[in-house]
Amino acid sequence: MQFGVFSVGDLTPDPTTGRTPSEAERIQAMTTIALKAEEVGLDVFATGEHHNPPFVPSSPTTMLGWIAARTSRLVLSTATTLITTNDPVKIAEDYAMLQHLAGGRVDLMMGRGNTGPVYPWFGQDIRQGIPLAVENYALLHRLWREDVVNWEGRFRTPLQGFTATPRPLDGIPPFVWHGSIRSPEIAEQAAYYGDGFFHNNIFWPMEHTQRMVGLYRRRFEHYGHGSADQAIVGLGGQVFVRPNSQDAVREFRPYFDVAPVYGHGPSLEEFTADTPLTVGSPQQVIERYAGMREVVGDYQRQLFLVDHAGLPLPTVLDQLEYLGGEIVPALRRELAVDRPAHVPDAPTHASLRAERDAAGDDVLAPARNEIDGGVR
Amino acid sequence: MTTRTLALVSAGLSQPSSTRLLADRLAAATVAAVNRGGDDVVVEIVELRELAHDLTNHLLTGFASPPLQAAKDTVAGADAVIAASPIFSGSYNGLFKSFFDVLEPEALAGTPVLLGATAGTARHSLALEHALRPLFAYLRALVVPTAVFAASEDWGAGRQVDGGQVDGGQVDGGLADRIDRAAGELAGLLGTATSTPALVDAADVDDEADPFGDVIPFERLLRGD
Repeated sequence: MQFGVFSVGDLTPDPTTGRTPSEAERIQAMTTIALKAEEVGLDVFATGEHHNPPFVPSSPTTMLGWIAARTSRLVLSTATTLITTNDPVKIAEDYAMLQHLAGGRVDLMMGRGNTGPVYPWFGQDIRQGIPLAVENYALLHRLWREDVVNWEGRFRTPLQGFTATPRPLDGIPPFVWHGSIRSPEIAEQAAYYGDGFFHNNIFWPMEHTQRMVGLYRRRFEHYGHGSADQAIVGLGGQVFVRPNSQDAVREFRPYFDVAPVYGHGPSLEEFTADTPLTVGSPQQVIERYAGMREVVGDYQRQLFLVDHAGLPLPTVLDQLEYLGGEIVPALRRELAVDRPAHVPDAPTHASLRAERDAAGDDVLAPARNEIDGGVR
Repeated sequence: MTTRTLALVSAGLSQPSSTRLLADRLAAATVAAVNRGGDDVVVEIVELRELAHDLTNHLLTGFASPPLQAAKDTVAGADAVIAASPIFSGSYNGLFKSFFDVLEPEALAGTPVLLGATAGTARHSLALEHALRPLFAYLRALVVPTAVFAASEDWGAGRQVDGGQVDGGQVDGGLADRIDRAAGELAGLLGTATSTPALVDAADVDDEADPFGDVIPFERLLRGD
């Protein structure tokens, strides 16, 4: 089971002081958070990708490359990589390069992006979001698995005799998660390829998460990648912690009340009841998140949002201390109890390489999308 | 005998509200007309005032609270809908629009709908035709030809309604006639709901299985069809 943090990279004024950090401060805060995540024993740091203010992380591989050079164990990921508006050729090359530099600690989470104007800025149309995600990922999947690609599609100039460089580290493509909040097509896509499915449930009721994950698990089994309970599931989470729960509520409420996305809407009490947001003591967080698997089944990755809404960096670093010091070790113990042996961990470069080597096969299997009906 | 469901959506703000009073009369007249045809109808009431905070939260967060979700499900699942709003600034009020903004896009496609509106003066009556009717055209609802407007003066003239029930010939002829005509039109659509081709499609839409249950196979997504 992997635990980590994911950041949107928003530049939001601290409502208690009115001060907005500079872009330089926010970028450095994100990298500081990543280093702290490794220091306190978390497994994953994932950055968002945005191409509009008030967000800073437009260039994820630059940021993750910097972090890779200063960490040794942390898995570097995205939340999300825009599979719709990025050129899949550039994704293939950027992340293959990053994977080499990071020594196999990279995976990605694909997402569509829901900001309308970003699509035309990159020559695309948001109404084609799902077809773009489908076609672009189908191409990306081939670029990492076939040395020479001939390809023609709807959205990109054709490729004749194209080789994406560098080739993936050890010939193993980075593991991919597909993130979606409400599109069944994306759960279906993740299931088809046998990739991971991440439900960013932080603003949504768990009943909805349960339906999306249920669909993915069912279809993962349908496509022959294993039983439904072996599908690779990740969840978002959102917490604010102090040793005393009243202190947590008092300190977080001014941030909650005006936060981007949900601010000026439901009360903190309503939102914590309806969504996975948990504001309280470490024990409250442990109890809430230990219960997630009863809703979605045993899962592989839990990412927490801890650095949004203008929370100052020292406060965020405190949150990482609580997560690493008490919460995550307890959750690791709780979630290991009665976890069936056949439920896998999240694939990593090392595990995929070991699997490949164990199969005695130094040539990658043909792309799954070339086999009618998926892998048999 | 067939039992159908009729959802009554009222965006009245005061309590008691004349919009709700009109909606109740439209519902009672519709029930009476359906009963005369030998069928039965169950009226389910969605009082938007009680959902005002939840609607705002839904607009901001993207998801519905359990009570609001229940109201959305009631309306989406109804065989017919009576929708009534007070007229503010020449149109339906914001509460009314907010509710129809958060319904799923196909929720009312092909559903028979009877429109009602109230205001202080009859000079607002065409708001039914220039504001409410286009909204429901966009939603592809099947709006009955008669929409019913009640100005303050329609409630007066010494001939009163009794608890929302139409009281035979004792009621103001103009409003009562309009109510009966509109209710008859709605009942007519309800009565033919299984034999009109357009409504068969609507029934399919309404009964559409959970989108997380039936999924488009990925091979079709890949082919782009």
